[in-house]
Amino acid sequence: MKRNIKGLIWVLAVIGFGVGLYGMYLRFSTGHRLTNYGSYIPWGLWVAAYIYFIGLSAGSFLLSTLVYVARIEKLEKIGKLALFTAFACLVAALISIWLDIGHEFRVYRVLFHPNFESMMSWMGILYSSYFLVILIELWFAMRVDLIATAGTGKGGSAFLAKVLSFGSNDVSKEAKTRDARVLRVLGVIGVPLAIAFHGGVGALFGVVGARPHWHSGLTPIAFLVGALASGGALFAVATYLWGGYEDKDQLDDVMRFLGKVVLALVLFDFLLEISEILVGLYPGIPAESMPLKALLTGPHWYVFWIVHFLLGVVLPSFLLFKWAVPAGPSGRRAGGAVAVACLLVVVTFLAVRLNIVIPAQINPEIAGLQTAFTGPGLQYTYLPSAMEWLVSVWVTSFSVLLFLIGEKLLPIAGTENSEVAE
Amino acid sequence: MALIDIEPREIRAQMMDDLQRALKKPTDKRHWAMVIDLGKCIGCTACTTACVAENHLPPGVVYRPVTETEDGKYPNVRKSFLPRPCMQCDKPPCVKVCPASATWKRSDGIVEIDYQKCIGCRYCVTACPYSARTFDKGFFYSDGTPYIPQYEQLPSFEYGKEWPRKNRESSPVGNARKCTYCLHRLEKGMLPACVTTCLGDATYFGDANDPQSLVAQLLGSPRLKRLKSEEGTKPTTAYLV
Repeated sequence: MKRNIKGLIWVLAVIGFGVGLYGMYLRFSTGHRLTNYGSYIPWGLWVAAYIYFIGLSAGSFLLSTLVYVARIEKLEKIGKLALFTAFACLVAALISIWLDIGHEFRVYRVLFHPNFESMMSWMGILYSSYFLVILIELWFAMRVDLIATAGTGKGGSAFLAKVLSFGSNDVSKEAKTRDARVLRVLGVIGVPLAIAFHGGVGALFGVVGARPHWHSGLTPIAFLVGALASGGALFAVATYLWGGYEDKDQLDDVMRFLGKVVLALVLFDFLLEISEILVGLYPGIPAESMPLKALLTGPHWYVFWIVHFLLGVVLPSFLLFKWAVPAGPSGRRAGGAVAVACLLVVVTFLAVRLNIVIPAQINPEIAGLQTAFTGPGLQYTYLPSAMEWLVSVWVTSFSVLLFLIGEKLLPIAGTENSEVAE
Repeated sequence: MALIDIEPREIRAQMMDDLQRALKKPTDKRHWAMVIDLGKCIGCTACTTACVAENHLPPGVVYRPVTETEDGKYPNVRKSFLPRPCMQCDKPPCVKVCPASATWKRSDGIVEIDYQKCIGCRYCVTACPYSARTFDKGFFYSDGTPYIPQYEQLPSFEYGKEWPRKNRESSPVGNARKCTYCLHRLEKGMLPACVTTCLGDATYFGDANDPQSLVAQLLGSPRLKRLKSEEGTKPTTAYLV
């Protein structure tokens, strides 16, 4: 069963990669002309995809710290998996936002000519640091296994392990203790870093006073909670499929634990959403209530009600209450049901991100602007174009393939995490 | 108000005199300002068109749209127009958010964009409460026809530099763009294109730091309003309502 699912994911990722390539070709041959965002709705699907992936990454990474910092024994085995999931999602996020900018090859300016008043400059700095932390942490987490694979393994895996171990061959007890210490320190650095960069993305939106839908102190908090909920759910799915648990009771136990964490986070995230919606609607200030009304009853109401509320909150909560909450082995396997619930949360979370990005921009900032001058990009309605979807499909497939190939070649799952066990 | 007595011809002449006086001062002693009399605006959009022509604006890029709103019930209907150039805010939210240090407030009051530095992230576009910035996606008016005529490739002279439109990749394509108060014209001793073309003499322009200038006098008018002043952006462009 699991083999079939993994095979299906491979097939989907390869198809997505191939089909999405056409979108990438269009992106580089026609620039931004085939996109539906523009001047009045400047940010579209790719920005939503970026905050979606960066949330998945931050959430997954924060859960990995449970292993390396909080040392929750139950999760020892899957620390590396959480880190690698976070890495693949970070790559998807960075490609998404890179493709969104008008001059892709000037992106270095964000790092080399930063404006410290701009949240986006801070993002550049924080992502670079996070990228480094994640890579170093992964290396130390895999070091001993890499050495082992390089010595005993065959083919591509062994070769890659040899290259990636960078000549390190010390597997003594002292070296392993040092690895554990390094991981702990990096994890400790990583927690505030992950909170800073994902809260920071929230702040990037939150500080825009011109957009009342974003301009709230809750925005950075909601981003963080959303990241933990969606990233935690993704991690649970990855654990179910690639966690490498031979013992099914053990897997069920871990899945139930992750399921409960995800359930609490999904409900808390929804609570924050309700608060934003009700408080925003009450006084009836148009700039504030119009985006919310569009979200609830506008032409794209189904994004909130069906995709997010029904498939992303109600159904997963029901499944998780039924399968993850009851304690102990009930005779029935809970893992699969929890994984399905978490998969629903992960996939539908893009709706949450779209509902943050798009409705904030559909309000003409000056009455009458929508008809004052016409031209491409001077509209207040937005649906992603086929090319935008294709590009996002490619980015998603690329990072899934990156994950699948990495998981195949690197000692990410299925091996005991000796660094923590020591 | 004494201004009612000013003849249209005198307005132009005085603004030109104001401009010459301002140009004799060092840049940081001037503060360019625009005042738009909404009571005189007839909504002809000559300013919008003149701006497009002057700055060679491509499809989807607009610096000075004129909005039209209708209020009241027949037969008591009222139409009002609002030309919306860049507000050249003294506290510009667009400058604050730029991640690439590609836009700044000049000492003469104009908010400048360096097209060679802008990365096209459009954060400024979302941050402007007036939608004064638009994104140049690289369209030509002749898209879909066999060739792009030469007049579409002629350079614009924004910020005193030459920006030919030879292809769909080079700046200002891929950049955020906005009204510059026709800085390139000012520096050659000419008024902004929207001011010279305004049929009803509804747009005033000059140096707010010069108490003798027409705009400085108008800035003291009790009819003066600034758009969304509650946003704390301190716009330089002002309206007489």
